[in-house]
Amino acid sequence: MIPPSIKLTKAALTLDDGAVFEGFSVGEIAEAEGEVVFITAMSGYQEVLTDPSYHGQIVVFTTAHVGNYGTHPEVDQAPVAHAAGAVFHELWLPPVKHWLNDKDLPNYMAGRQLAGLTGVDTRALTLHLRDKGARNGYIGPLDQGLEKARAKARAVAPMIGRDLAKEVSCPEPYSLPPLVLDWSPKETIPVAVIDFGVKKSILDDLRRENLELTVFPADATRQDIESLKPKGIFLTNGPGDPAACPYAAELAREYLGRLPLFGICLGHQIMALAAGAETYKLPFGHHGLNHPVQDSRTGRIWLTSQNHGFCVSPHKLPSNVRASHWNINDDTVEGLEWTDKPAFCVQFHPEASPGPHDACGLFKRFRKLLEDFYA
Amino acid sequence: MPRRTDLETIMIFGSGPIIIGQACEFDYSATQGCKALKEENYRLILLNSNPATVMTDPEFSDRTYVEPMTAEVAADVAVKENVQAILPTLGGQTALNLAMDLFLKKYLPPDVVMIGSTPEVIEIAESRQRFRETMTNLGLEVPVSDLANTVDEATAIAQKTGFPAIVRPSYTLGGTGGGVAYNLDELTELAWRGLTASPVHQILVEESLIGWKEMELEMIRDLDDNAIIVCGIENVDPMGVHTGDSVTVAPIQTLTDVEYQSMRDDALKVARAVGLNGGCNIQFAINPETGRRVVIEMNPRVSRSSALASKATGFPIARVASKLAVGYTLGELKNGITGKSACFEPALDYCVVKAPRFNFEKFAGSSPVLGLEMKAVGETMALGGNFREALQKALRGLEIGQVGLGSFPPPGGPNLSDEERLELVKEKLVQPLPERLSDVYHALKLGLAAEEAAHLTGLDPWFIDQIRLIIEAEKMASGPLADLIAKGEKPSAEMWRHLKAQGLSDLRLAVLVSESGKAPEANQELISSLRLEAGVIPYFRQVDTCAGEFEAGTPYYYSSFDSPVSPSEESRPPADKKRVMILGGGPNRIGQGIEFDYCCVKASQAFAAMGFETIMVNSNPETVSTDYDAVGRLYFEPVTLEDVLAVCRKEKPDGVVVQLGGQTPLNLAMALRAHGVPIWGTDPASIFRAENRRDWSALVEKLGLRQPPSGMARDAETAKSIAARIGYPVMVRPSFVLGGRAMCVIYNEHDLSEYVAQFISQGLELGADLGDERLILVDKFLEGAVEVDVDAVADGNQVVIAAIMEHIEQAGIHSGDSCCSIPPITLPLSVLEGIRSQTRKLGLELGVKGLMNIQFAVTKDNEIYVLEANPRASRTAPFVAKATGCPIIEVAAKVMAGQTLQETGFVSEPRRDYVAVKEAVLPWSRFKGASVTLGPEMRSTGEVMGVDKNFGIAFLKSQIAAGMNYPQLGNVVLTVCDADKGALRPLASRLAEMGYFLLATKGTAEFLEKEASLKPVVLNKLRSIKPNIVDYLSSNPVQFVVNTTIGQKADEDSVLIRAEAIKRGIPLITTMAGLNAAVTGLLALKELTAKNEVDEKSQPESTRKHSPFDVTPLQDYHLPAHDTKI
Repeated sequence: MIPPSIKLTKAALTLDDGAVFEGFSVGEIAEAEGEVVFITAMSGYQEVLTDPSYHGQIVVFTTAHVGNYGTHPEVDQAPVAHAAGAVFHELWLPPVKHWLNDKDLPNYMAGRQLAGLTGVDTRALTLHLRDKGARNGYIGPLDQGLEKARAKARAVAPMIGRDLAKEVSCPEPYSLPPLVLDWSPKETIPVAVIDFGVKKSILDDLRRENLELTVFPADATRQDIESLKPKGIFLTNGPGDPAACPYAAELAREYLGRLPLFGICLGHQIMALAAGAETYKLPFGHHGLNHPVQDSRTGRIWLTSQNHGFCVSPHKLPSNVRASHWNINDDTVEGLEWTDKPAFCVQFHPEASPGPHDACGLFKRFRKLLEDFYA
Repeated sequence: MPRRTDLETIMIFGSGPIIIGQACEFDYSATQGCKALKEENYRLILLNSNPATVMTDPEFSDRTYVEPMTAEVAADVAVKENVQAILPTLGGQTALNLAMDLFLKKYLPPDVVMIGSTPEVIEIAESRQRFRETMTNLGLEVPVSDLANTVDEATAIAQKTGFPAIVRPSYTLGGTGGGVAYNLDELTELAWRGLTASPVHQILVEESLIGWKEMELEMIRDLDDNAIIVCGIENVDPMGVHTGDSVTVAPIQTLTDVEYQSMRDDALKVARAVGLNGGCNIQFAINPETGRRVVIEMNPRVSRSSALASKATGFPIARVASKLAVGYTLGELKNGITGKSACFEPALDYCVVKAPRFNFEKFAGSSPVLGLEMKAVGETMALGGNFREALQKALRGLEIGQVGLGSFPPPGGPNLSDEERLELVKEKLVQPLPERLSDVYHALKLGLAAEEAAHLTGLDPWFIDQIRLIIEAEKMASGPLADLIAKGEKPSAEMWRHLKAQGLSDLRLAVLVSESGKAPEANQELISSLRLEAGVIPYFRQVDTCAGEFEAGTPYYYSSFDSPVSPSEESRPPADKKRVMILGGGPNRIGQGIEFDYCCVKASQAFAAMGFETIMVNSNPETVSTDYDAVGRLYFEPVTLEDVLAVCRKEKPDGVVVQLGGQTPLNLAMALRAHGVPIWGTDPASIFRAENRRDWSALVEKLGLRQPPSGMARDAETAKSIAARIGYPVMVRPSFVLGGRAMCVIYNEHDLSEYVAQFISQGLELGADLGDERLILVDKFLEGAVEVDVDAVADGNQVVIAAIMEHIEQAGIHSGDSCCSIPPITLPLSVLEGIRSQTRKLGLELGVKGLMNIQFAVTKDNEIYVLEANPRASRTAPFVAKATGCPIIEVAAKVMAGQTLQETGFVSEPRRDYVAVKEAVLPWSRFKGASVTLGPEMRSTGEVMGVDKNFGIAFLKSQIAAGMNYPQLGNVVLTVCDADKGALRPLASRLAEMGYFLLATKGTAEFLEKEASLKPVVLNKLRSIKPNIVDYLSSNPVQFVVNTTIGQKADEDSVLIRAEAIKRGIPLITTMAGLNAAVTGLLALKELTAKNEVDEKSQPESTRKHSPFDVTPLQDYHLPAHDTKI
């Protein structure tokens, strides 16, 4: 609801199938376009909006209230807000005062050129996306006319076939020293990170394992990487269609078996492609903090943070790759491991941020994989 | 792991009588647990002393024992039924404590296992010391604290914690006996009280966390270490108010993901360390300044909050916990709503607010300040599209006259300036009072800065801002909306939508518009019709556990104005079925509680069996009737006219049942009918006729029945003249109330004037706007008469009595507070026949279709007076059903659906060869300072039943079940008023013969010495030489106390004597009738014990019973073999 004391412009989210969801514009930018996805998380809005995996997407928050606790610089997953736009049922608009508070969310969005829409019937929108599948959409002022808005929504480039990783990857390689905590392993191991749009939390979790990171752009070549003599390769999360970055799968293929490999999300999909498996687009993806994933070996179930629209098909897995994790809601593949090579990868986000920490032990598993490989 | 196959028979413990802190949420949990285990084909044995529950309906378990919940009885049942496992986690603290007692006393064969929570798990979670150690080992913070076994130890610990310091007794329920001490004096007193309250005489003295954020996580873990958080609940009231007394919200609103996930990690660690298998509740406190988080407590069982969490999310915690207890893991179970895995964490796209219901007004003398000890007697929950909508729905569902957050008047009289009033409100804000949110509302309206409001109350700024938004919306109502209405113009749909989405009820909007002075004539009717004209109706959203991510088929709905469109989840009732809607009773309160939930649930089942689609409307999260799995289509809504009509418009029911939910739906009957809603059962006009004093008197007269002479008064003069005409003592009461609210026996003119003055000045919070009906009824009080309750079913042409109940206490004590027996014990056959014939006459004259309850009084010379008739389900209906085996609710449902009694097969009064005694349980210990007397105003929170072949034993079982254990030897203190001394003589002699040691105050002792040749030890009266009687009680073992007074007003001495007995947990008898029954019971027990001793000599030790009583399940009692021929 918009209190009468605050004057906001009426705006709407128009989908490429013509559906319109009205609301009020927030933030300094009035327009946005992208694939519209919903996330069922009840906390962690700031992490979501800065996650590079949401690059090019308009994120719909299903939770009733967003912005209640303001924003905090330390939880940003990237220096900029990557989501194309944000749609809220009710964004808290008044000034915020909170013990950790830096800025309130509307101001934060304004400062990051993020378009927002509040006062939207997000439940209706979510049910629409659930039933019709993820769609492209356009946020813009209401006064321009419906047809114009629909045309803009239809003009948004489809997610299938889009290589967005290149857009969000780092332009130049850079290094990050380990973050050694009292429990961190003693020996420092150099690892190359192929950046398809990495979240800060992933880098932090790797660094806490006493890994010295060199982060390379998505299209880095083997020569670039070899020059640093890394002992392991990590493939990051990121936005877009994995099939649209064959160069990345090519690179991964070269290292499979040569160095220990670990991939998360898009990195997982790329490793699957490298092994000869296939990926496909899910109807409306997995975006939330409550996805149950079962370890097929132990039977243990983790509640995981997820954010992906594409998925690895279980049907064309080569014989040396087994599905190690399954989503028990829809029986999709959530993790792979190589039976003959030091490599594994997961579709979900063990770094959480936001989300439950059930799977955080996977970073230790990578560390162990490295140690065992060189033992 | 799949279901355990090594177990066949499982015993479940219920939670016993409803008490503050342990209400019908455990009926919900255990009923769900019974269903879940039945599905798995286990043989279920249930032990619960509370006959008002759904779970004790014989269909929910194979063997249902309504017997006292003592370790001895439980052991006997377990052995008799060859129980292999005990599931103690569904029946609250009572069940957990009983299981531990059973375990520690080693009564059970060694191969009987505890499932759900093992003794080890319970021990770690419940022992403060071990819990603390466990937390510290995990690296989690706990408040600075230590255990004390003496007051001196407590004061030493307070040196470390500083003041304020918290005192928590070990092993007590709902924080009984705990409190906050701000100085050494208070600490000394609290420590002493806490040590007394604790069954192990131990307290924890703890650093105060007052003002910190209070969070609860409801979690489930299986033995494979899979764990989920079903729901996070945030207390709007910060630490310092018991969570049962706090307004709470789900999901958690003011924690960052970092804070939330790190708290979640801690919860998982705790559950793992404790070894949890099933559901638990973990409470945390978070310092809002520093973010420091401490673990407060963990309950290794389903809890009040887990019931709330289940309703709030749609995730059935008790069901899943029960399945885990018999071997399943989370991954093997499905979420019934989505068909996906049950191993997930529900996502909410709405807000859920719970608000507590208090009954302070019934306990004059006790202070309405909230603290660590729970005081709420019930609660409502509401779901809304946003926090404000949910909050205001919850508040109006409480039925305390608060139709919106702002509808209580500001504190202070009418003559205060705004500045003075603001100062007053600010003073109030510092204290945790029940009306705190209302006070914040007024403070902000008076200009208090949001920041200061947050500072004074400890509420998160976000909550304060939500209240500000409600104020803004109200300004729109009294401004632009009122302007339009005054001008006769139509407000736009957008404006209506906006206002309604803030949770403003039509009634509240009417008040705002009317009070603006612009359109003074505005009323609810006008507002509703203008709104409907604009096409603004609520949208019914589905509770789906997943924020819309997956399709859900469960018909569990809530209304919201906040999201107007979503055609894909329209609730579509099946077209081929007739629909019957049942209105529930709203929040529990004294006088209207679990009994009506039982009625609603049983009726829903009966209607469903007849082929109807049932629709339930209720707002009480503790109930079985709000379990989407127990009813056809559930609408979780406040039971108010506006909300019910909205559901009616949506569902278009063929019939609406108002006679099962207590007074709440009954109060809506006339208005619903006026809106064209088809009411099933007794005509609302008949209901009105029975409730309206004038019509009722005329009716009784017409039938030629006797009623106490009476009159109606609107002022003191009339009241006095009526009293003079009919003679004192008189019984006075306001019309249209349940539970005898403000009912009083008055002996003289002075007290009468006082009563009337109070009635007029305060007004009364009635459930509905009754205008002219605000009258005082003055009846002749029939002193010494025996009261009789009759429950019957009628179909318009025939009346069949289900049971006649004789009250043990004489007239003047509310029927809900008095002990009663089926069948009657002392009434002659001629009187019973008279009662039967009068019941039939009344039922036919009132045209009752369905249930009715009539109260009679029988004077000493056997004259029958009819006191009142209620053409609705009574509080005693479930007791009658359990005691007689007669399914009266099902019969009534069939009658309401159009069958005749002949067709239902219920044509004659059931007569059984055993006795069932119902006893009330009273919450004295929670309301310090309140006078401990039974009277016409109901104060009990719950009830128990004792059943046996013999009245004495049945009575004694009921007393033990109610927590009053009468040892067979020991000291008895007698202090009775002159009028009762004659009756005391034979009873005192009996006690002496049985070997009790008698003590008495001077007057009583002299009488007994003279008249009965007894020589009681004389105790000094209060205010004479010390040690006096209270000193004696406080420092000597006393097995029970008998104290009676003239009329219902306890004199000052009695107040202190009774308070001391309550404090010490000494059984207290306040009537001669009660003593008579107790003596009868003790004599019967003596006989039984003697017989058992003879029997046991011939038996091996291993098969010997632990309890002197025989235990029998209801299924056996209800067999035709127990019918008696008349």
